[in-house]
Amino acid sequence: MTPIVSIRNLEKTYTGEFQALKDVSLEIERGEIFALLGPNGAGKSTLINAVCGIVTPTSGSVAVAGKDIKADYRITRSLIGLVPQEMHIDMFETVWDVVSFSRGLFGLAPNPSYIEGVLRDLSLLDKRKSKLMELSGGMKRRVLIAKALAHEPQVLFLDEPTAGVDVELRRDMWEMVRRMRERGVTIILTTHYIEEAEEMADRIGVILKGELIVVEEKSALMAKLGRKRLTLQLQDRMEAIPPELSDWALRLDPDGRELDYEFNVHDERTGVPSLLRRMSELGIAFKDLNTTTSSLEDIFVSLVNTKS
Amino acid sequence: MADASGADRAPLASPALDLPRPPAFNAHGVWAIYRFQMARFFRTLGESVATPVITTSLYFVVFGGALGSRIDEVQGVGFGAFIVPGLIMLSLFTQSIFNASFGIYFPKFTGTIYEILSAPVSFFEIVLGYVGAAATKSIIVGLIILIVAAFFVDLRILHPLWMAAFLVVISVSFSLFGFIIGVWAQSFEQLNFIPMLIVTPLTFLGGAFYTIDMLPGVWRDVAMFNPVVYLISGFRWSFFGESAGDVPVEWSVAATLAFFAICLGVVWWIFKTGYRLKN
Ligand SMILES: Nc1ncnc2c1ncn2[C@@H]1O[C@H](COP(=O)(O)OP(=O)(O)OP(=O)(O)O)[C@@H](O)[C@H]1O
Ligand SMILES: [Mg+2]
Repeated sequence: MTPIVSIRNLEKTYTGEFQALKDVSLEIERGEIFALLGPNGAGKSTLINAVCGIVTPTSGSVAVAGKDIKADYRITRSLIGLVPQEMHIDMFETVWDVVSFSRGLFGLAPNPSYIEGVLRDLSLLDKRKSKLMELSGGMKRRVLIAKALAHEPQVLFLDEPTAGVDVELRRDMWEMVRRMRERGVTIILTTHYIEEAEEMADRIGVILKGELIVVEEKSALMAKLGRKRLTLQLQDRMEAIPPELSDWALRLDPDGRELDYEFNVHDERTGVPSLLRRMSELGIAFKDLNTTTSSLEDIFVSLVNTKS
Repeated sequence: MADASGADRAPLASPALDLPRPPAFNAHGVWAIYRFQMARFFRTLGESVATPVITTSLYFVVFGGALGSRIDEVQGVGFGAFIVPGLIMLSLFTQSIFNASFGIYFPKFTGTIYEILSAPVSFFEIVLGYVGAAATKSIIVGLIILIVAAFFVDLRILHPLWMAAFLVVISVSFSLFGFIIGVWAQSFEQLNFIPMLIVTPLTFLGGAFYTIDMLPGVWRDVAMFNPVVYLISGFRWSFFGESAGDVPVEWSVAATLAFFAICLGVVWWIFKTGYRLKN
């Protein structure tokens, strides 16, 4: 089957000097949720904007549903909905007006009951007559989503949908994305958060300094990225790590109050249960414990290293 | 939680995608832009209309009342009536430029232009929506001034169809001109720069309130290089006939069409080069 989005050797150089995208090629299948992961300035937005027609690529080509985005822009753009990263909205207009505007702009006849449905799905229906400046930040973000859905797109681009959004709204957003996917909509989202990519995506692409360095099924990537650190807050000060625990690569902090253990969640044996068992046998008590994922930057660094 | 395995994903992607068949002309899109722009105008109808009405009335008080009593007739027309076409042109120029430049600059400024750029609308359709709305607004304002003027002076319009034609073509041309300024401008200062620096002086020196004959010798020749003279003269001709024009009406028609063509050409060039609308 033709991929829904097919990007070939895409390059973008801004104002003749800064190269924001370097030879990016990527195919996205219909119906999948694809997460683009990368730090600030990696080129995520540039890539999305190039597909949507906002940024003109320096070279390379993009096809949506097999149609070239330049030659057949009316078809490809009709298929695409975009939720931009920045809060670009008309403050003085009402929710209903801006969402209806989007539908018309994309060439569709008015359909109030459809718009109503979109607003209801996003819990915006009771705000339909409010001006955008009267809405909270999270609501404004949902208005941007409603605008993107107003023309019934087949491909939805979400550029950092959950940046600056509270936990509850983040859950709602993920829920909405899943519902869209059930309707067969392909979703491409960008994020800084590895947890978000993990929660949502079928496949993940990691982009760094304009290069798409990894594209993998989530499970495969998570195995690579799955390094975690277990931190144990000890009840009593520990002078040195006892020899009985030498099987585990432990690190004791200088205060003697915390023990660190690094492991990979995807290993058959992480060593965590056995470590805890051994410690209790030895009578080493701890007040608290927590695990943290290695930071995105650590992961990127390790990915780049494995790549080269 | 969504499962990552390909097998699980496949069934979702099964039904064949119906490719949309967008029409060759996105009428809904043009209408959406046009309506959106007009809605802003009607929402602020008070301000939109009050300003030209008050300004016009003031002109009549000052020129018609104070000066007009000393200048009784200009080329066979009462001075109060004589200045009406010039007044309408003056606000047609400024309104068209302001509306169109602001209309396209504002989405650039707020960033909402992203949606226009990502929509299946052609550049031509974008221009049609923005320039159409800007021209409509300035024509409405022009007609309101005409109505207000009718309260102050006795007006007759010898060639109403020509008057309407001048009104439409000139407001569309200046709206195109405004659109170009709005695309070019990178700040609000630049947005005001051209209207303030060029258009207003050209209009005042273009015979809005006098005939070119009234100017001293050399200035009369200089004035003939001012394109605005031809536009105002043609418009005045449609009111009062041959005797009130500064130049033959054929020249006015030619100048109007030339200005229209030049603006169209520049807009076309912007489209070809993507100048300042996209990165
Ligand atoms: N209009 C522009 N002109 C010049 N450089 C730009 C422009 N837009 C983006 N850039 C540069 O291109 C690079 C990639 O930017 P982009 O916005 O695509 O990053 P991103 O991955 O989306 O980052 P973030 O996570 O912060 O949103 C950055 O270095 C940025 O400075
Ligand atoms: Mg970005």
